[in-house]
Amino acid sequence: MPESIVTILDIAIGGLLLGGIYALIAMGLSLQYGVARVLNIAHGEFIVVGAFGTFTLYTVFGINPLVCLAIIGPIIFIIGFLLHRTLFHQLSIKAPNPGAFEASSLLATFGLLFIIQNLVLMGWGADFRAYSYLNFGVDIWGAIFSANKLVILGFAVGIGVAFYLFLARSRIGKAIRAAAQDPTTASLMGVNINRVLAICFGLGALMAGVAGVLLSMRVPLNPAMGLQYTLIAIIVIVLGGLGSIPGSFIGGFMLGIIGEVVTHFEPSLSLAAYYFIFMLLLFVRPKGIFGK
Amino acid sequence: MDITRFKSKGFFVPGLISLVLLILLATLPLSLGGYTVVLATTILMYAILTVNWVLFSGPSGYMSLASAAFFGVGIYIGALLLPNTGQALPLLVVVVLGGLASSLVAFGVGALTLRLRGIYFAIFTFGLVVLILELLNWWEHTISHIRGRFVMVVDNNTIFYVMLGIFVATMLTFFFFRRSKFGLALQSIGQNEEAAAHSGVNVTMVKVLTFALSAFFAGAAGVIWATRLTYIDPYIAFNPLFSFMPVLMAIFGGMGQIYGPVVGAAIFAYLQEQLQTKFPEAYMLIFGAVLIATVLFMRDGLVGVIQKGWRRLRLIGGQNADT
Repeated sequence: MPESIVTILDIAIGGLLLGGIYALIAMGLSLQYGVARVLNIAHGEFIVVGAFGTFTLYTVFGINPLVCLAIIGPIIFIIGFLLHRTLFHQLSIKAPNPGAFEASSLLATFGLLFIIQNLVLMGWGADFRAYSYLNFGVDIWGAIFSANKLVILGFAVGIGVAFYLFLARSRIGKAIRAAAQDPTTASLMGVNINRVLAICFGLGALMAGVAGVLLSMRVPLNPAMGLQYTLIAIIVIVLGGLGSIPGSFIGGFMLGIIGEVVTHFEPSLSLAAYYFIFMLLLFVRPKGIFGK
Repeated sequence: MDITRFKSKGFFVPGLISLVLLILLATLPLSLGGYTVVLATTILMYAILTVNWVLFSGPSGYMSLASAAFFGVGIYIGALLLPNTGQALPLLVVVVLGGLASSLVAFGVGALTLRLRGIYFAIFTFGLVVLILELLNWWEHTISHIRGRFVMVVDNNTIFYVMLGIFVATMLTFFFFRRSKFGLALQSIGQNEEAAAHSGVNVTMVKVLTFALSAFFAGAAGVIWATRLTYIDPYIAFNPLFSFMPVLMAIFGGMGQIYGPVVGAAIFAYLQEQLQTKFPEAYMLIFGAVLIATVLFMRDGLVGVIQKGWRRLRLIGGQNADT
């Protein structure tokens, strides 16, 4: 194959690999913000917790990182569930209107960010940590990718689709969607709204935690990396349309590809490029690409 | 939180108290000196950022996270025009230039973005900080190949007095702004933007000009802060913390009264200094807990809590007098 086509393929597949992680993170945040109305700035910290948890489980206890998905996911779900039940529920009771709740919960999540970051720093120290798992090359039409990246992509797509089906088909999923549309009517129809919101927040945290587990297979970990992913997730959910789960999923892949294209030409500008696109989008179409 | 509500009372007694406090502050370097002056400068810096945040975001209800961008522009102007190799312009001129540069940035950004509502505006303004940071970083790495800059050394007392001057200017502006036609117009925008527009308020102009005004003092404070930092790189100048701290300090202090944000800034800045030196490992942990406790239990801020306590005390006192 000609060199240029291999390069394009390289960028496209690389973008999809990156996008898989972005999609997971953004779907989680989309659920937290779209339904529970909490713009969780500490979202990235759950990624950090998932990633460092996997690091320890793998390097100390020798547990396969893919098995860690099943261990860390539920733990983080419970943490998120309880956080909503205590902190955010209290805030929503005290807030005079939805706008006030958004502002106070935003600030509370900043507090959470500081707390979790500090705890991770106490537990694992400030150094970069990394481990090697499935780190061998796989040839896809002439472009070489490490196997772990492909596994990550497979799991990210699988989890994303499963999550979508859960929301679309299951009973709890229906309750969640009802709560997103109209909390008052949903509660009149017999939906336990507080429980549903707490489940949403927990599921959002779970998505971040799972993304963290996958991410730990390919990037060096450090306790301060969370905020960067939170910001990317925010960009993706605006890109895909606030509250739209499929939008976040597709938006994640789009941003991944854009990121990979920019990285190909000027690596240090990828974050700036995200912001540029984000700002552009806010002007041209604030509802997002898939927003109604 | 209801940040649009303001009360106004007579200003003779508060004016007198402010004057006494100001004289005390101005003589601080003479009486205490050393570390106290450094700490007081930090507190003044945070107070300037906080009051300027409240100036715009308080009445308008638009939650700006751009403070770090305006402050950072000031810091960079300071670093560029006051290098340690020798200065070309007098310090105070650079301070004003830094303020003007920040205002200009705010004017441009405001004109473009102030039609975004609610959380979008908050995210956008925060994005601005990171965008400037990343672009500057890229520029210095790949184009200009300058990593970090040294700023000329200015003695602590001079920094303190310049900061105090900016602080006094900020407070006077804030005081008169709130009572002015302009301030009331901004408040009406915060309560109902559409209604304000229909009653003849030039909504866009009021918002953009106030935004630029609030950026001026933040930029000016940035210039003098640069001389205190003495070493600057994009990560130091555009630290996102300077976007969040003013919001926290304002909420912590309470925005119902003009002195609320100042009290909040003073206590928070002091707390931060103490925690950073005494518990460096658990500093963020304690800080985060204080933050969550603040939004949970002190909705009207410290000043609100004190006022409530004061009212209750007076009530008890009144009952005693009756019986």
